[in-house]
Amino acid sequence: MSGTVPASARASRRGRPLQIPLPAFLRSRQTRLVMIVVGLVLAYALPIIRPPFLTTTDSDFGGVMVGAASYALVAVGLNIVIGYAGLLDLGYVGFYATGAYTTGVLTSQHAHWPFFLALPVAIAVTMVSGVLLGGPAIRVRGDYLAIVTLGFGEIISIAARNSSWLGAAAGIKDIPPPPSIGPNPIIQADAGLFQIPHLTWNGLVPSVDNLHKTPFLTFGVIDAIPYYWLILTVIVLVLVADMLIKDSRVGRAWEATREDEDAAELMGVPTFRYKLLAFALGAAIGGLAGSMLAAGQGGFISPDSFLLPLSMLFVASVLIGGAGNRWGALLGGVLVAYLPERFRGLSDWRLLIFGLSLMLIVTFRPQGLVPPRRTKRALRVQAEIEELEGEGVDV
Amino acid sequence: MGIKPNLRVAAVFAVAGLALTACGSNNSSSTATGGSSGAPCGNYKIGYLGATTGPYGALGQNMVGGIKLALDTYNKAHSDCKVSVQVFDSQGDPTKATPLATQIVQDSSIVALVGPGFSGESLATGKTFAAAGLPVISPSATNVTITQQGWTTWHRVIGNDSAQGAADAQYIQNTAKASKTYVIDDGSDYGKGLATYVKQGLGSGVIGTDTVQTGQTDFSATVTKVTGSGADAVFYGGYYAEAGLLVKQLRQAGYKGLFMSGDGSEDPHFVSTAGAQAADGAILSAPAGPAPASFNAKYKAVNHSDSGLYSTQAYDATNIILAGLDAGKTSHSDLNSFIGSYTGTGVSGPISFDSKGDIKTSTIYAYKVTGGKLDVNNPTPIQ
Amino acid sequence: MDLSTLLNTPQLLTVSDLYHSFAAYTITGLALGAIYALVALGYTMVYGVLQLINFAHSEVFMYGTFAMAWVVTYFHGTASSGQSLGSTLGLLGVCLVAAMITSALVALLVERVAYRPLIRRGSPKLVILISAIGASFSLAEVMGLRDRIAGWFGLDGKLSNYVSQARNVYSSPITINPHKVFELGGYGVTDVDLTVIFAALLMMVALDVFVNRSRLGRGIRAVAQDPEAAALMGVNSTRVIRTTFLIGGIMAGVAATLYMIRIGSTRNDAGFIIGIKAFTAAVMGGIGNLRGALVGGLFLGVMENWGSAVFGTQWKDVFTFVLLVVILLIRPTGILGESLGKARA
Repeated sequence: MSGTVPASARASRRGRPLQIPLPAFLRSRQTRLVMIVVGLVLAYALPIIRPPFLTTTDSDFGGVMVGAASYALVAVGLNIVIGYAGLLDLGYVGFYATGAYTTGVLTSQHAHWPFFLALPVAIAVTMVSGVLLGGPAIRVRGDYLAIVTLGFGEIISIAARNSSWLGAAAGIKDIPPPPSIGPNPIIQADAGLFQIPHLTWNGLVPSVDNLHKTPFLTFGVIDAIPYYWLILTVIVLVLVADMLIKDSRVGRAWEATREDEDAAELMGVPTFRYKLLAFALGAAIGGLAGSMLAAGQGGFISPDSFLLPLSMLFVASVLIGGAGNRWGALLGGVLVAYLPERFRGLSDWRLLIFGLSLMLIVTFRPQGLVPPRRTKRALRVQAEIEELEGEGVDV
Repeated sequence: MGIKPNLRVAAVFAVAGLALTACGSNNSSSTATGGSSGAPCGNYKIGYLGATTGPYGALGQNMVGGIKLALDTYNKAHSDCKVSVQVFDSQGDPTKATPLATQIVQDSSIVALVGPGFSGESLATGKTFAAAGLPVISPSATNVTITQQGWTTWHRVIGNDSAQGAADAQYIQNTAKASKTYVIDDGSDYGKGLATYVKQGLGSGVIGTDTVQTGQTDFSATVTKVTGSGADAVFYGGYYAEAGLLVKQLRQAGYKGLFMSGDGSEDPHFVSTAGAQAADGAILSAPAGPAPASFNAKYKAVNHSDSGLYSTQAYDATNIILAGLDAGKTSHSDLNSFIGSYTGTGVSGPISFDSKGDIKTSTIYAYKVTGGKLDVNNPTPIQ
Repeated sequence: MDLSTLLNTPQLLTVSDLYHSFAAYTITGLALGAIYALVALGYTMVYGVLQLINFAHSEVFMYGTFAMAWVVTYFHGTASSGQSLGSTLGLLGVCLVAAMITSALVALLVERVAYRPLIRRGSPKLVILISAIGASFSLAEVMGLRDRIAGWFGLDGKLSNYVSQARNVYSSPITINPHKVFELGGYGVTDVDLTVIFAALLMMVALDVFVNRSRLGRGIRAVAQDPEAAALMGVNSTRVIRTTFLIGGIMAGVAATLYMIRIGSTRNDAGFIIGIKAFTAAVMGGIGNLRGALVGGLFLGVMENWGSAVFGTQWKDVFTFVLLVVILLIRPTGILGESLGKARA
């Protein structure tokens, strides 16, 4: 529920004043636009700038950013399913895999389509699989959806592992990357139209690192940054689409369905159809992310990349960030992918620390790091009720 | 993937001795000139890429243990040149391995890589290593297609699956004289690959097949299939955890025939998982001769645990790189050509590479479990 | 291309296999399912009371399996030996108690750390789910790092029989060799099969009686039915929740012992698969329903074996999940329906 209308204006339109109105300068359209542009430029330049502390030391920063962006994209997609429509999907990795395998099959395993031709097909296939799974799955009640989707994730992974048509356990290799712009010789030193040197930091003092340069725009095997740029661009497009949908009739229907399905149905909202739509859209974005993974730097996918625990991490991304808020989901995805890589120095301990931090984060920020505004309002209302009644009440 | 398990250390001495002499001379020269950094003998890092956590973490830790033993021996013998290992934990996931590979090739202090551990991560990262020219020696990735990619820096000290599969089929038919073999695999790249070559070798001698799952622990359905088929031999392509439980449950169901598996099962945990009784008589093949008894003792002294599957291969791979460093080959291209033309004997057997990076020959040995122990000292060469 | 090449299976359907060894597939399936059923109880009880999926329950089970193996190692040493069920009953009794205590303690820990703080604040269900996933990760990793943790105290040498190679399989040194008791349809039913199945039934009956007859059991049902009304009637919901976790843990401990008698080895991530299976079983039978957990567990175990027989073992999970969806479409609340709070318990 963000959008271009200033938040305070929107809140007052609904008759509920926000407690913290935005400062006046932020309310001007131009300022917001400038800030968005600056933020975007920073996001694109991040792996080039390599800011101290943020930069991972034990894994390639560009590659880690690719991972973080992929998770962010997945989380934004899953947020539609969990956050907007309130459907707990524990098998999202199945869609991720479907998108990746469709791309792998079409560009390497059984045909040699170019990536940008295979991409829309992968999205379409995933969307259809979302409808096929969602049709029966959404009909089963509430929590049962969790186990049915979990099963779906497992089925996809078993099918990939045991079907020789999909490469079985050996996976699919030699998936071509997206087409490059400019020359793309094997020696990466002269690739691309021009090359962007990275920064290197001595404490807080930056200097130009002429040893490590990123070619513009070559999707090669040494440098992950071009892949990051591509995924980031996709995220921006998906976010714009997400805003348009969420602020439309569809978004309102989702919200109504999630809050009170019976009431929504009585008011004439075809709740099943809208839930299915959320499921299918979420699936499509998962497939999109999977497709980017397949055509990534490694150009290789195998069932080992789509194990079930990944689904749990995806769900954790959305909820840590704040289900229902696309920026929260985005942040959650980035953190879940980035933190274990940043703290690789902890080596064997990092998964334990990750598990503990999941518990800590939700204990201290149960609404997520960036909760949607209506959750904040609901929490305030709940606090008021508690004060009046002197006792906790389920919301 | 898979090759020789357990302990051996015969030719370590050859390599270590070589290393000693080489570095010894460096030492004296650098001391003579005032001991600056210079010369081949310096401080270097070897990378390890593979799983050390996650479902395959135990295998990765075996490999890291092998690397550490080799480095420990080397560093003790070379007081002024220290080689260390940097571990890059992929959790066996090709997606996680990709940024790690990029990091490895961008770190100029890493002279060579031991790994990647598994075939999937090898296929996902081989291009990156090849483009950067970084020499790579895998202790355990056995997928046949890896060395067909034209990656000039990629080597492995483990035979691919086809030779072992053919030898295993020979053993079942000619030595064990079994005519009805049930072939089972775990659906993994390694297990399925090995089982496929065994099936090819046996032809019509295969009476049935099944595929189990890694991580599965109850094999009652598979056991029922085997006992119902009247098989007189079972071949299992996969790792020791499942192999041990499978042979145990087969024996408990009254199966009396031969149980055979490949190098993925040749780990002490095969016997402990199966129990001494059930494991007795099992044949485990491996493309490696017996390791010297002292290997495990030395391994334990450094790592505080027993060596296991792939420890010897990782140890050998590290020693090849160390021999290269001692010969003064410190640039990627020098080291790569040194490895390409390397000939020597490691604890896992004689090692030299063909033009594609595959290990040239490997004799396949059959190890037998007798008296509640895997007899690692008296294997029978197959053929 | 025909379907069997696509699926990499030589013969797509081998019904004759199932037909010829029907009893063997079914009885071993029941033994497998009995363990699922006991673990499923933990999921179903917590779900019945809190409407939450306890994702950490798989680790509760896993800790029980280690407790069993450690006790055997402690009394027997590491030498591998095979013994009959009868000759080890005393030792197994100790194992059972140790596993029940361990699992119960872990379950209580999970409740205290991952659930209670969040329930108190009335956090949304999904958030508690994440906390449980975090607890599950942490517990599995602690077990996988036990050698290092022991190292902090300088105990890794002394305890090496228990902690070394923490990420590898860990086996009970004593192998329980089953003995044929009688023959049924060509399958020799063993004492281990019978023990596992009857122990599960017995625990189920005991629990059923407890929940239906005891005061605390009434409290559990009251909270399951209507937490607020129960609170008004003076039921201490924190205590009820704690009891629920405790019972789930005890049942997981029994399951862990039976599992180790049958299988004999475990690993720090051994809980994950069993956990998913047990949760599936709970849903199949009707989550929140104790008898449903039993029916679901046994049904799932048998169906896995039948599915393995007909489609090949690699497809058994696909078969059972499809079956689950079909069941839920026909009976949206599972085979027996959900009802911990309802009169039938």
